[in-house]
Amino acid sequence: MATQTIASALNQALHQEMAADERVIIMGEDVGRDGGVFRITDKLIDVYGEERVIDTPLAEAGILGTAIGLAMAGMRPVVEMQFDGFVYPAFDQLISHAARMRNRSRGMLSCPLVLRFPYGGGVRALEHHSEAMEALYMHIPGIKVVTPATPYDAKGLLISAIRDPDPVVFMEPKRLYRSLKEDVPEESYTVELGKARVMVEGKDVTVVSWGSMIPTALKVQGALAAEGVSVEVIDLRSITPLDREAVTQSVTKTGRCVILQEGPRTGGVAAEISALINENCLFSLQAPVERVTGFDIIMPLLKGEDLYIPEERRLTAGIRKVLG
Amino acid sequence: MTASLLNDYNPLTDEMVQVLSPEGEVVRPELMPNWSNEQIKEAYATMVFLRMADTKISKLQRQGRCGTYASIEGQEACQIGSGLMLDKKDWVFPAFRELGISYVHGMPLDTFLVYWMGNEWGSNHSACVAPPSIPVGSHMLHAAGYAWAMKMQKKSHITISYFGDGATSEGDFYEALNFAGVFKIPTILFCQNNQWAISIPRSRQTAAKTLAQKAIAAGIPGIQVDGMDLFAVAAVTKFAVERARNGEGATLIEAVAYRFGNHTTSDEAKKYRDPAEIEQWRPRDPMIRLQKYLEKKGLWTAAWEEELQAAAEPKIAEAVEKAENHPVQTPAEIFDYMFETLPPALVEQKTYLQSFYPEAH
Ligand SMILES: Cc1ncc(C[n+]2csc(CCOP(=O)(O)OP(=O)(O)O)c2C)c(N)n1
Ligand SMILES: [Mg+2]
Repeated sequence: MATQTIASALNQALHQEMAADERVIIMGEDVGRDGGVFRITDKLIDVYGEERVIDTPLAEAGILGTAIGLAMAGMRPVVEMQFDGFVYPAFDQLISHAARMRNRSRGMLSCPLVLRFPYGGGVRALEHHSEAMEALYMHIPGIKVVTPATPYDAKGLLISAIRDPDPVVFMEPKRLYRSLKEDVPEESYTVELGKARVMVEGKDVTVVSWGSMIPTALKVQGALAAEGVSVEVIDLRSITPLDREAVTQSVTKTGRCVILQEGPRTGGVAAEISALINENCLFSLQAPVERVTGFDIIMPLLKGEDLYIPEERRLTAGIRKVLG
Repeated sequence: MTASLLNDYNPLTDEMVQVLSPEGEVVRPELMPNWSNEQIKEAYATMVFLRMADTKISKLQRQGRCGTYASIEGQEACQIGSGLMLDKKDWVFPAFRELGISYVHGMPLDTFLVYWMGNEWGSNHSACVAPPSIPVGSHMLHAAGYAWAMKMQKKSHITISYFGDGATSEGDFYEALNFAGVFKIPTILFCQNNQWAISIPRSRQTAAKTLAQKAIAAGIPGIQVDGMDLFAVAAVTKFAVERARNGEGATLIEAVAYRFGNHTTSDEAKKYRDPAEIEQWRPRDPMIRLQKYLEKKGLWTAAWEEELQAAAEPKIAEAVEKAENHPVQTPAEIFDYMFETLPPALVEQKTYLQSFYPEAH
């Protein structure tokens, strides 16, 4: 055991997977000598060399498109996009090819690659560097979508993603990269994709969240516990596949649910969870399901970003509303 | 006609057009812009001002008074030299490292700062400068489209987009070149090859010998110019501007320069770049070069330099103060400009957010 941040846990996961499997290669902009702008691939190039830690030309469609071919031919590319806002040039490759290769060949071909990138606001960055658009990826059939919220999960989920036989979009909550520390086993381990985690058990209300918003959920849970309100906090960890049982079991028990999401409100993951609850737990509900989310607006530049990101006050108000 | 001399330029010969040598000698007098001594001195004064402003903005970032900032040190001649050849009604499409051209083309420094301090109002002004385009390589298409409209509307204005060596690897760059060629669009693609795209050297972006050569396949002229030479940049831009205005279409300019600083204030270049390389490029510094030229002509003295700096400082301080006094963002304004008319769902979301900020009304 050693204390790790999400950033260092991800770096360790990459090290261990590269050591374990020589098909694993890293590709992206500035991932080599620079170690990535967030240093997630730091020093990998010193150990595995330029042939496996590849600084590419500045071309996202090129990176993901070639990664698809590499994956089809048996390599295990782990692609880094520098920020959430720079995945879009590669969307055609993601939607039109990575997601479809297995199905369109009736299983003859596959695309075992990982597309990782930092997402979310709160780091005072420029435009396009601060958005939480997981819903875009959730809507694409054929890819898995994962987002860790703790160092332990970051390592275990990334190792699972690399070993997964299908394309995995791995979204890293950038404002948590170095803000949390916990003990993480030194050895390699996996955290199963598609499995949520009950972070805190409670009986009055369920808060479902993921990735970047988990610390907010935990803070509010702690504050309300002091008032005698018992909040159950669920971290989805995987957006696709979604752990439907974890959500429905919890809401059936508590009868109340607030979903906390950083990204825009309409068509978000929260809406999907809300539909899931309506379909499965309607008769257990004591109050309508509440969504506390970002807004359907462009993420403001840094002077306005605090107005956008759902803060503790907003979550607390949402919880009080469902408690009646 | 100095500019027409460039008609015979062939990018395959790898010639880099230079007018002023690093020693400050005019090596191609026939390409020298016909500026008066006063005009040249003024261009130098602008260079001094911009370098001081640039340094100041990086400093503001370190003090937490500004967001991430991309310095132009080393690229002043690219931006001033080209900017001086434009009509103020021509449209500039910047990337994100464009203090120089933004200022020269009429954007007040305080407005520029409002943007980099993290407020959208910094892109609301009357200069013909589009908002910064952070997604690398995406905006040359917008410049092509805007210029295409000028052509459709029979207006004489042209457009110019600024982007880096890294941007030439993006697919959108080729599509912009291609559209510009097919539709004979009056736009200039101005590539500032500062040798680096964050940690990736120019050699890793393309196996082509020069970036100017990329114009060949699009059927438009491509010219490589010494981007640290104010006069050469002016001459080459003039050539491209005249072509565009005469209905001859687009030009790709590769201005060879150097990024003396870190990529941005969030970068640490010493992790990937040998500091000795900076020293190799320093003698080509556009400011030192112009200073040498002026000094040889008896137009530069240390006392004048001091005067320039003394004049720049309060101007910069005033712009910083003005930008810092810009009103804080309100919950309402982050909604109000999403559409011309706010849909009901957004009105509801806005009212909800406002309820958390009763003091902001
Ligand atoms: C589409 C896209 N991908 C990645 C980035 C991250 N990024 C910002 S600047 C930069 C390098 C740009 O290099 P270059 O085009 O040479 O311009 P320079 O920074 O040297 O002015 C990168 C990779 C981005 N902004 N947009
Ligand atoms: Mg560059």
